[in-house]
Amino acid sequence: MDFGPHLMLALLEGAVLAAVLALMASGLSLVFGVMRVVNVAHGEFYMLGAVVAWAVADLVGGGPAVGFIAALILAPLIVGGLAAAADMTILKRIDYDPERTIVATIGLLYVIQQLTLMGYGPEARPVAPPFNTRIALPWIEWGAGGPSVYFPWGLSTTSYKLFVIGAAAALILAIRLVLLHSKAGLVMRATQLDSEMATAFGIPVERVYAAVFGVGAGLAALAGVLIVPIQQAHYLMGGEALLLSFIVVIIGGLGSLTGTIVAAVLIGMSDGIISVFFSPTLAKILATLLVALVLVFRPQGLFGARER
Amino acid sequence: MSPILETRGLSRSFHGLRAVHDVDFALEAGEIRALIGPNGAGKTTFVSMLIGRLAADAGQVIFEGRDITALPDHRRVALGMAYTFQITSVFSRLTAAENVALAARRRLGGDRAAVAREVATALERTGLAGQGEVAAEDLSYGHQRLLEIAMGLAQHPRLLILDEPTQGLAETEIAAFKALVRDLAGQTTILLIEHNMAVVMELAHRITVLNFGEVLAEGTPAAIRADRAVQEAYLGTEAAHG
Amino acid sequence: MRASLALHLGLVAVLFALNFVLPAYAHGNIARVMTLAVYAIGYNIAFGYTGLLSLGHAMFFAAGMYGAGLLLRFTDAGAVAAFGVALACGAGLALVTGLLALRTAGVSFMIVTLMFSQACALAILYFAEYTRGDEGFVIAAASRVVAGHDLGDAQVRYLAAWALFSAAFLFSLWLVNRPMGKVLVAIRENEPRARLLGYDTFRLKLGALVISGMVSAASGAGYGLFFGYAGASFAGVQYSIFPLLWVLLGGAGTVIGPFLGTLFMFYLIDLSSGITDAYMLIAGVALIGLTLFAPQGIAGELRRRAWRGLP
Repeated sequence: MDFGPHLMLALLEGAVLAAVLALMASGLSLVFGVMRVVNVAHGEFYMLGAVVAWAVADLVGGGPAVGFIAALILAPLIVGGLAAAADMTILKRIDYDPERTIVATIGLLYVIQQLTLMGYGPEARPVAPPFNTRIALPWIEWGAGGPSVYFPWGLSTTSYKLFVIGAAAALILAIRLVLLHSKAGLVMRATQLDSEMATAFGIPVERVYAAVFGVGAGLAALAGVLIVPIQQAHYLMGGEALLLSFIVVIIGGLGSLTGTIVAAVLIGMSDGIISVFFSPTLAKILATLLVALVLVFRPQGLFGARER
Repeated sequence: MSPILETRGLSRSFHGLRAVHDVDFALEAGEIRALIGPNGAGKTTFVSMLIGRLAADAGQVIFEGRDITALPDHRRVALGMAYTFQITSVFSRLTAAENVALAARRRLGGDRAAVAREVATALERTGLAGQGEVAAEDLSYGHQRLLEIAMGLAQHPRLLILDEPTQGLAETEIAAFKALVRDLAGQTTILLIEHNMAVVMELAHRITVLNFGEVLAEGTPAAIRADRAVQEAYLGTEAAHG
Repeated sequence: MRASLALHLGLVAVLFALNFVLPAYAHGNIARVMTLAVYAIGYNIAFGYTGLLSLGHAMFFAAGMYGAGLLLRFTDAGAVAAFGVALACGAGLALVTGLLALRTAGVSFMIVTLMFSQACALAILYFAEYTRGDEGFVIAAASRVVAGHDLGDAQVRYLAAWALFSAAFLFSLWLVNRPMGKVLVAIRENEPRARLLGYDTFRLKLGALVISGMVSAASGAGYGLFFGYAGASFAGVQYSIFPLLWVLLGGAGTVIGPFLGTLFMFYLIDLSSGITDAYMLIAGVALIGLTLFAPQGIAGELRRRAWRGLP
């Protein structure tokens, strides 16, 4: 394959990663934005989403499409419920102290991961995609006789991958609409601005926190459901996803949803491109160092405006 | 005699609002100076720039003839300035004695005996002798304020800035505080930010009045009391209440 | 003061005596616990005494392990020189990390250290040509000799681990009683106040982090030299979480806490790994439980209830 088609393939793979990452990181960003805490167990909620998707698909008969749709509904509900319960039993009791929350969610990370290992096992298991048509992609070549269209061998994607990109985009748009235009969104934003004032206005801040934590985890679970037909479910898959989400959320500016999405596209695409042409390990080293340096020298993120 | 502390054209704004504007100020060595002014006059902003907790937008701070405008707060303290916080800021989980020891140790280093002597003296002078082994958070509010002052004393500063030291003190504690400051006069220079007019009038050699971030008047207590502009801006209401 | 000295010297003496009475399996375990406790002691200087909650100390542990291991793998420098190089690696890495990371605080500091450590772990994988990546490499028995004593021998290894532990343990006891140790506590409790007492808190925190990194590297080098292996898993996130867990369990900001925490957690994980593969579950439950119910840890509770002056 020539350079051009190769690049296009890398961009397509990058776009899938970017879409899933944007969804997952939106959850992390939402939780940080409203509650001012960093949820280190976020990657495990993503993993749980994938594992639940496998379990649901396994239990529900009637073909991959039915199982997939059932998983798409059930996984975020189950995972979000678990997360809300964890919020009420653990985080509430340590008063959302930022540092202790990190330590506690590290504990939660291991509990979820290890319980999954005990219940689900160490195997990586696939879930059949609901549809998976291979779509060959055309490329234009300038030959001696002018431009000609042809289909290079290996330049293809699948209908499912395109669906993932579309679904993630639709979900993120939906979150934005809910946050900006619904009563629930208003309550969340009020809590984010000043939780004491919100309490004074009769907003049940504790319940808002539990709900936000649940919704954040639900978004990670959705990302897990979407990815599992491409990547197989495995109990250790959360670590890498968490790292990438951290990178995205920090580069985008902690708590800024728009910045998060811009950064997800940037990181997803560049990870795809760099991984195709260079070593993926080197790409990750550069990304982690970039994150550290952004936090040191530009804590508002590369795209965020300086706050107050 | 040259002043121990001087500012020239010191200014600071927040979001376009001039908190302190073009203040020229000089403090003679050995004097007790009070800095007064209505709420929001810029007193805390001004002293924060003196000690280096806040950077100045323009102007200079000169301590003992040396321009310290660019120095960070800890360097200024190391040069011989000390600051006691308006809002009590002691090491709440450490004992009172350890709080004072931390203040003394930067100067005395590892000399345990000297540190212990200094701690005993500072606690004694502030009326906290016997409270040394109590955790700072278990002291009464008034005692925590006194502990702040003890920490200031233990540093043996040449300039001691006391930010609202009598706030929250009982009458007897205020009397003891006044005695302590009188006792210190001559040993060190004191800049006193104070709301309690009785304390100011009794202790200060001279008074500087800030209003809207600028120096409104400066003079002896008697002169300030008689100053019409000051009365209008500030003392008018105070005087009415007696 | 005298009682505290007796307690700490007593522990050192007991551990020495145990060399001659422990059965083989426990003997090996305690050697391992002592070596790892050095890591916890190093971590405690940053976290427990200075309040710097790092999530990236594995990079310092690995700097020691790989600093010593790679030197022995590619040169015939000898174990003592390798140990010295390891300390320099740990201190140097901590200096660079500190100069950058200490410009942040709190949650940002945690994430910056996590990211630096992650970059180091990935670098070990990237330079697989030298480090053999994930697989790691064996440190040859021939190079693990100090003054004619073979560190592979169980007795020698135990005594070497004991010597390393005792040195780190008594050093930390000395440090926290020095004026510097007291100021570190002051920084942990209220940094702006410490600065306004005239202390250059940035330099002091940097100093604490360098010492912490160096002690952690000593543990990593010791682990590599005593047990003959260097592997990338020692640079992973899990090895950054372990010292946090040990110190929280034993009691942050106490001299004896890191040892107690390492000992208890080592045996908890050792016992549970006999039952299930999911032994890290214990670590997770312990982290949550400690955060919720006993943030002071074992020695911290002791200090709160019974022995106020425990250093």
